[in-house]
Parts: sequence; structure tokens; C-alpha cells
Amino acid sequence: MSDITTWICTGCALLCEDIQVYAANGRVEKVEHACMMGKSRVTGCKHIAKPMVDHTEVTIDKAISKAAHILKNADNPVLYGWGNSTSQAQIAGIELARVLNAVIDSTSSFCQGITINEILQGQMPSCTLEDVREKADVILYWGADPMSSHPRHLSKYSYFPRGDMRQHGYEEDRKAIAIDVRQSRTARICKDMFYRIPPGSDLEFMKALLDALDGKVPKLSFDLDIKRLLELATLLKQCEFGVIFAGLGLVYSIKEDIQILSGLISKLNELSNFSLIPMVGHFNMRGFNHNLFNETGYIHRVKFTDKGPVSGIEFSIIEQLKGNADAILIIGSDPLASLPGALSKRIEDIPLILIDPCENLTTKAADVTIPCKASGIEEGGTAYRMDGEIIELSPFVQSKGMSDEMIIQRIIKEIN
Amino acid sequence: MTSAMEIYQLLPKTNCKECNESTCMAFAVALLSGSRQYTECPPLIKDDKYHNSRIKLEEILKPIRGAEETGLIVHEELCSGCGNCVVACPVNVANDPHGSGRGFGPTNDKVIFRVIDGKVKAANIEECRRFGKNRIMCNACIDPCPTEAIEFV
Ligand code: SF4
Repeated sequence: MSDITTWICTGCALLCEDIQVYAANGRVEKVEHACMMGKSRVTGCKHIAKPMVDHTEVTIDKAISKAAHILKNADNPVLYGWGNSTSQAQIAGIELARVLNAVIDSTSSFCQGITINEILQGQMPSCTLEDVREKADVILYWGADPMSSHPRHLSKYSYFPRGDMRQHGYEEDRKAIAIDVRQSRTARICKDMFYRIPPGSDLEFMKALLDALDGKVPKLSFDLDIKRLLELATLLKQCEFGVIFAGLGLVYSIKEDIQILSGLISKLNELSNFSLIPMVGHFNMRGFNHNLFNETGYIHRVKFTDKGPVSGIEFSIIEQLKGNADAILIIGSDPLASLPGALSKRIEDIPLILIDPCENLTTKAADVTIPCKASGIEEGGTAYRMDGEIIELSPFVQSKGMSDEMIIQRIIKEIN
Repeated sequence: MTSAMEIYQLLPKTNCKECNESTCMAFAVALLSGSRQYTECPPLIKDDKYHNSRIKLEEILKPIRGAEETGLIVHEELCSGCGNCVVACPVNVANDPHGSGRGFGPTNDKVIFRVIDGKVKAANIEECRRFGKNRIMCNACIDPCPTEAIEFV
């Protein structure tokens, strides 16, 4: 007989809460309602990481001591990753950074950081995914392709479900719009409400849209029918509850220049009613920003000093790797598979400590590997969903290992 | 989508009638509808020169054999388990308004679509609006599928 558990999926930052996992003797036999990404998350690592020092298997205690030794002796240690850790592990990580006077940063440094910062500073109106499901009539995916990155986004919240105020279903009650440089899966669903723009022209499109909203004649340097842009402006003006899902395409394109996006949202709020939700990838990437903000007043790129925490672009993971980082601890992330070549090379050149449940490209280069339990599967805790709601995770596998939070606490103890 | 012509091209095209159909084309149409199996063509099975055709037929007819009576096929290799069809199918919505209809995984067994192990599976196919006396050409599950994983043959 299998046990059935209702599981919160940690496959992405939607944290779907309706997954049914059928398991017998600790083995997963069937998973219902999770998408393919969620299914692979439950199935776990291809290869489980082992405690290693200098590519030789050791006890976990030895790996932890070695990690503490490296961090304590570094002048500029950097702690990076955090998107796949629970809030409890993130808070322990912030404490470790404080103890070490270290730099702490996450992937948000080069992705959703700027939008989340605006929301946390109270400069950008946002709403919950439940608000979207119950009320949204105009949904704009900008530089975002949730059909690929968050497969259940449209079915569970943003387009297909019947909501309290959207009883007639998507065909009659909702309009989905995509603005993107390519016809993504999401854009295909938006059909003729897909606006293709050239790479890097999001700001130009935004300015033209602002003009159209102001009743001026918009100008574009690329080929897009101005009539369609005016149609879009009219639709946005007339909506009752609009939401913009800001994807990486948009964030990369506007770089650090958030003002114009904030300007567009305020304009839309003068005319109708609009919120923005960042398309956060890893299940608790947003949590890192909230937890660090609560502890330091900054969302990322933080360095602890004797005078307290400071933040700035020079403390971003990228600048640190270009500059004086002399030891790095990476948790729940595989930067060697994602960062540009030159930076990955730098990670390999300095002492590298990795905390992860699975073997990946980065474990192969690590000087110290410390295996941890898989968050949300073997270990509980809380996480922030992409819209900032706090969700209690629901582990269903009993295992002997240590959680990432416990490992960090142990490192702190050894340093003190 | 597979056509009768495509199947016909893989048959012996001799109109020998050993399968009891009047022509190879008629046999191809029967294969496409799923009412006959390609193994019922004696020359195709006996003669080694049709070896490659048999492999190809096996491949293209496999989904048709799996098709339900409405002609519904799910190409599992394309499905990402997004659940758009689960939430958009009007039968799912009518039979499970507070589950599938509101975006959740189905909460009862009366639905047509549900996602199991990351792939959509079809059941209760007799409830499909393309089935029975008052059938209509409903497209509600095909249209929202971002990968064209659902097809009616
Ligand atoms: S959409 Fe994300 S949270 Fe939901 S089942 Fe898929 S991977 Fe899991």
C-alpha cells in the first residue's frame, strides 16, 4: 500500500500546493498534478553528492571542518546561491556572512533583484497569484515564457482557471498578451496578442506605449504596426485588474534602469489598475531577498563589515569574481553550468565549497563538497512564492543526512 | 498528422486483396481508422523486402492504435504536464468545477484529463464532446496546448 501525501512542489517558485505523491517504503511510485519539472524534482538527483575534500571521500564532519577552515582563513569570502534553500537556511547563511564579514549574494543580482527591490521598497504595486486567478482580466507576459519556465503558471493562476470574478473562463473573461523577442510557447497561446520586438528594445517599446497611453502618437524605430500598439494601449486602459509578469527578457533588457518600468506602472495605475509580479525561477529565490532585506535593509550584493552591512554593485557575485574574492561557498546552485566561461574559470581557481544534495558540474570542481538534504522533500521549512507569499513546505521522505541549515550552523560553530 | 496516402506508400501497392480489402488504399484507410492491423497484410509480413516498411508502419501506426474512440491521442513525449488542457476542457470544468475548473489538479475521477507523473492522461473518454450522438468539433484541449501534444485522428 502506498502512502499518499499532499506535497508542496519545490520545482519552481510557483510552489504548487496540490501535488499528490504516492510513496511506498520511501520510494515514490506515482505523482499526480505536478508538471514534468515538478516530477523530476520529486524523483531527486541523478547522482547523490558525497562528502569530499580535494576529490577524496571523507566523513561529513571532516568536510564541514575543512569548509570552516577555508572560510575563516579567507580575506574576502563570498557566499552565493540560496535560491534552492529554505528561508531558515538563508537566515543561517546571513548569520555566517556576519560572522565572517563576508559578501553574500544570490542569482537575483543579475536577474529579478531590481523588480523585487522596487516591490519591497513600496515603489511598485504587486499582488498575489490568488488575486490574479480571482480577478485578473488583462495578463501581460513581458519577456517571460512561463509555459517553459513555470509550466503550471497559466493553468493554475494566470489565464485558464475560472476565478471568482472571471467565471466564464479565459475565452471570454481574460486577455493574455505577450511581448517578447521570439514566439515563445506562451506567445503562441496569446495568438494575435503577441507583440514581437527586436532584442534589447523593451525600453523603446515601453516609451512608445507610454506615449500611446498619453494620447500622443507613438514612434518606433522597428517594424511594428502602430495601430496594434494603440490597440494595446486601449486594452490596458480599459482593464479592471491588470497584471504584468516581468520575465528575465524584460529585466535583462532594462538593466538597472527600473525608473521607466515604474513610470509605466504608475501611468497604468492612473488610468486603470495594474500590478507587477516578477517571474522568479528557483523555489525560494525571492525568499533570499526578503530575508536579507529583513536582516540588513538590502536585498542582495551585501558585504558585512565591522561597521555593519553595506551594499553596492561592487559586491555583486560578478564583480567579486572579477575582483578579490578569495574563497567561495556555493549553496544549492550550479554556477559552472550557468555563469559565463571566464567567471566559471575564476570559481575553479579559488577555494570552492559546495553544499548541495546532488552532484552537478560545480561539484566536479569543488575543493569541498558537503551533501545536504533536499529542501522541501527531505527537510521542511518555509519559502517565499514568486509573489512573496510565505509557504510552509511539506517534506515527505525521512532521511538521515543534514539539512543545509544544520550544515551552516555547524560551520558557524567551528569558526567561533 | 499521418495520412492514408502516407500509409499506402508503405504497403505493397499490388492490390492483391489477400487482406480481403478491395485495394491497398482501402486497407490503408482501415489502418488509419484503427479498425485493422498492418500484420493482416500477408505479403507485407512474409516478404523481407518490406522489412523497412514494417518498421516505419509500426512507428507511425503506434499512436493510432493508442487512440481512443474519439480519435484522441496524447503524444506523451511532447507533453510538459502544464495542465492547460486539464483546466480548459469543458468536461473537466463541468464535472469538477472546484478542482480542475479553478486551476487545481482534479479532485474526483469524473474528469477526462489529469496529469500523472508529469504527463497528461485521458480517461472517461465517452464524456468527450466529440463523442456520441450530439458530438461537436470541440477543440478546447488542443487549442491551449503549447506543444501540440494532443491530437484527434
Ligand atoms: S509549475 Fe513549478 S511548482 Fe508547479 S508543479 Fe511544475 S515545477 Fe512544481
